[in-house]
Amino acid sequence: MFRIIAEMLSYPFLVRALICGILLSVSASLLGVSLVLKRYSMIGDGLSHVGFGALAIATAFHWAPLAVSIPIVVIAAFLLLRLNENTRIKGDAAIALISTGALAIGILIVSLTTGVNIDIYNYMFGSVLAIDKTSFWISIVVCIVIIVLFFLFYNRIFAVTFDEDFTKATQAKSGGINLLIALLTAVIIVLGMRLMGALLISALIIFPALSSMRVFKSYKRVTISSAIISVICFVVGIFCSYTLSTPVGATVVVTNIIAFLIFFIIGKIRIRKEP
Amino acid sequence: MSIIDCKHLSVSYEGRTIVSDVSFSISAGDYLCIVGENGSGKTTLMRTLLGLKKPDKGEVLFSDGCSVGKASDASHKWVHKIGYLPQKSNLQKDFPASVMEIVLSGTLNDNGLFYTKKEKKKAISAMESLGILDIRKRSFMELSGGQQQRVLLARALCATEDILFLDEPVAGLDPKVTQDMYEMIKTLNEIGITIVMISHDIEAALEYSNHILHLNKDMDFFGTTEEYKKTELCEHYLCHIPDHLHHDDDCEICKERSHV
Repeated sequence: MFRIIAEMLSYPFLVRALICGILLSVSASLLGVSLVLKRYSMIGDGLSHVGFGALAIATAFHWAPLAVSIPIVVIAAFLLLRLNENTRIKGDAAIALISTGALAIGILIVSLTTGVNIDIYNYMFGSVLAIDKTSFWISIVVCIVIIVLFFLFYNRIFAVTFDEDFTKATQAKSGGINLLIALLTAVIIVLGMRLMGALLISALIIFPALSSMRVFKSYKRVTISSAIISVICFVVGIFCSYTLSTPVGATVVVTNIIAFLIFFIIGKIRIRKEP
Repeated sequence: MSIIDCKHLSVSYEGRTIVSDVSFSISAGDYLCIVGENGSGKTTLMRTLLGLKKPDKGEVLFSDGCSVGKASDASHKWVHKIGYLPQKSNLQKDFPASVMEIVLSGTLNDNGLFYTKKEKKKAISAMESLGILDIRKRSFMELSGGQQQRVLLARALCATEDILFLDEPVAGLDPKVTQDMYEMIKTLNEIGITIVMISHDIEAALEYSNHILHLNKDMDFFGTTEEYKKTELCEHYLCHIPDHLHHDDDCEICKERSHV
């Protein structure tokens, strides 16, 4: 096993994917706790489809992928948040509308220009080769910024997530927190998409939070444990993907499913033990 | 001195008028109960006072010079510190959070991003005064309804020293716990905190409050509790409660009984 690890680490692209993935997993899972609890899980999913559409457009016109898709997804995040604030049911439908719409436009542009080639396939399902040197450094910097922002605003994010009305009514500076969460989510999705795949990236946000909520019952513990779960799942996932030569995105998601099942069972046993 | 002045306030929701032409004022140290049937606009009125909802007409003036009006932004900010106990149904039932985390979140209006010793002290003294210090490490979702309300009241206390807005604080609690809750609120009022409470429980409203606002889309009554007790409105409302029955020929319940 150590031989395989050493072999993996001898490939620079794998080392980049590993470092990038670990940072992405941490930031995605931190945001995920808030998104899942605010019932915003679907926003993450919707945004990744928008991200796919944006990447397809960027590829078709030979623009820089990150420079095009980050602003588009950020705008989509603000729009979805607005819609969700107005009425819940309409917001739900709006997400489905925007995500399928963006996917359709993306596919259309792709087939009119380059055709469905390996690039597009990689955007949808992720590729360990996607992290070149530029996007590696961008991802590292952005992930660190996200993690720092999360820690700075941790208490305010908790307050808004737990009870938005109370926070709005009693606190002077609460308005920006929702926007901050949306912005960070949008950025994480675009960055993670190329490694994990547009169709799979939201799993990185949702699974760790859901798994740790099976067992832990305080916000702090849920946050810390979901970051740990997320990193372990990613590392195990990328290792398995290398040894079994499976796609990295799908393998990481399956590892997350297994972690969820384990935590689900632990949670059930705990409840039964208590009188 | 009045700390809140509400002038000809009208609020609508998706084009439907919920509250129209409501005027009243709250003085420091008051205990105001907002009563009325379901759907009479009590919660909407409170949300407007808190700046969570924009009024269509009229304005709310605060003694510190802030106002909520049609012209100004709905997200007005108090200079005054307020505490708020929302209706419990708005909260998520499976939220993982410890009691301490929730109570501490009430102190956040004291600017700053992290909790200092001062905030922790405040949270602990709030929990102590409401008798929940021993459960501070437990998870909110595992607590009983009464304990949860105390936690939320402690959080509201952390946010204010002046005024508390309570939206049906005893909904769904059993009689003993309800009584405790009322006594606790009474104690808070006695130490100088202004109370604005929405209540379904007219008997308790008459017993504890010193002012009553009776809503029925428009304002049916505003004044002291003593005055309210003399009105027909109050008698009509109380008529649903057999103990308070005013037995005369018009009484619906008496008529029903005589038929049986």
